[in-house]
Parts: sequence; C-alpha cells; structure tokens
Amino acid sequence: MEPVAEISEEVREELVLVERARTGDGAAFSSLIRRYEGKIFRLAMNITQNREDAEDVLQEAFLKAYEHLDQFQGNSRFYTWIVRIAVNQSLMKLRKRKSDRTVSLDEQIDTGEDTVVREIATWDPDPEVQFSREELHKILSGAVDELEPIYRTVFTLRDVDGLSTEETAEALELSVPAVKSRLLRARLQLREKLTRFFKRKGDDAFAYM
Amino acid sequence: MLTCKEFLGELSDFLDERTHQEIRTKLERHLAECPNCWVICDTTRKTINFYQGMKECSIPEDVHSRLMAAVERKMRSEGQV
Repeated sequence: MEPVAEISEEVREELVLVERARTGDGAAFSSLIRRYEGKIFRLAMNITQNREDAEDVLQEAFLKAYEHLDQFQGNSRFYTWIVRIAVNQSLMKLRKRKSDRTVSLDEQIDTGEDTVVREIATWDPDPEVQFSREELHKILSGAVDELEPIYRTVFTLRDVDGLSTEETAEALELSVPAVKSRLLRARLQLREKLTRFFKRKGDDAFAYM
Repeated sequence: MLTCKEFLGELSDFLDERTHQEIRTKLERHLAECPNCWVICDTTRKTINFYQGMKECSIPEDVHSRLMAAVERKMRSEGQV
C-alpha cells in the first residue's frame, strides 16, 4: 500500500499552527506544545527510563524546535520532526549515562531470530473482564518497558502513536526495512509477554489441536 | 504452502494490510491450515489493538508548567512575547 497522499485534518491544522508560530505567534507555538508534549514526554521516558532525563529532553526538544522553526521543512510533519529531535536528545542522555559505550537505535540485530516464538496459547476472550483498567494498564506498560530501547521506540511510535512505517523511519533515521524488522520483533515479543497474563486457563501449547 | 517462518516474516505487513493480494492469498491459506500460526496471528492482532487503545498520555502538571515557563523565557529573550 502506498503512503496516503492526502493531508488529514490534523496535519492541516498542524501546518497552520507551524506557519503562525514561524511568524512569531507565541500562542500558536504553545498550541503545538499542548498537542504533542504528552507524546514526547512518554517517548523520552520510554528511551531514557528516567523521569528527570525525560523532562530535560522534553524541554530541550521544544526549545530547539522553537529556535530552528525557520529550518523546518514543510514537506514532513512537525510531529515527525520534533520526534527526531527528542530521540536524538534522549540518546545523548543515554550516552552520557553509559559513557563507556555508544548507544544507537540502529544496532545490528540478528534477523534470524526475528520469528522466534516460544509460547503459543489462545487467550481468554475478554482480558478486560478479568483485569481492572489499572491492572491492564500496568501489564501493558510493564511489557513495553521490558523491551530493548530499539524495539520499544519503534513500537511506541508505530503502534501506540500511530505514525506510519515511513514516518517512523524518518523520525528515527532508520530504513523502512529496519523499522519493519524491529516492529515485527517488538510485536512478537509483546505478544509473548502478554500471553503469560492472558492465556486461557488450563490451555497449554497445542491444546487446541 | 508457506513455511511458518515465512508466514511470520510477513505477519506485520499482513496485520497492517500492506501485503499484495497474491501474497495475502498465500498467507490466508497458511492460516487456514496451520493452527499455531492462526493463534500467533490472532494474539498479535489483539496485542496491537490493546496498545492502540492506550492512546491518551497525560503529562504531569509540574512537568508541563516547567516546560511552558522555559519556553516563555526563551520567547521573551527573543522579544516575541
């Protein structure tokens, strides 16, 4: 499927806000902040796993965006652009903490293990009934936190924030195939982690065969 | 028929409906004949749906206030407020 060419209402509004902010409209820039601060904060928390670092990243990302607004190319989304700034800032934080080794989202991965599946079991039809909203939220966030940063970041942008594969690739400066293989791996790993909680009682592997 | 490994390699694109019709037909045939892959596909789809439902992300109020204060300082220093 080709990327959708037409501009959604959300992107159109975003473009108008960016244009106004570019001409010095502070209120327009504040609207952009309100629109994305939650997502950027979560992304920074996801990568750095440290609240203080994430807050620094959040501030640095929006201050840098404000400073370089004139360099923003209107042919990509503002959101993709600020995600890229925030990812770079987050990686810098990680590098500072682990000064003995570089940290990159572009580490080589063993693609041969992309499709390893250990547990196969059907799930309860309604985990929502079995777990409270808070419990469910805890299970889902806990599972994501256990992923390696490279998988966590791709998964969050793609499946939680709803960026397209191409936008995720652009934001993370990865190739489309690299995004796809990380996404597949992240999804399969999460599926496996959630199976521990959601598998139908008394169901072991192959029980349905 | 596709092997399970080949099926899993295409799983993400299949779930995102990004596969061409020809491959899609092969994947659907594999699904109909392989209960293991059917379960993996079904539970992976549910996994994605769970996280897509997690959209709302609130920011702590103090973090928001400090961000706005930092941006306002910046704007003032550039004479835009």
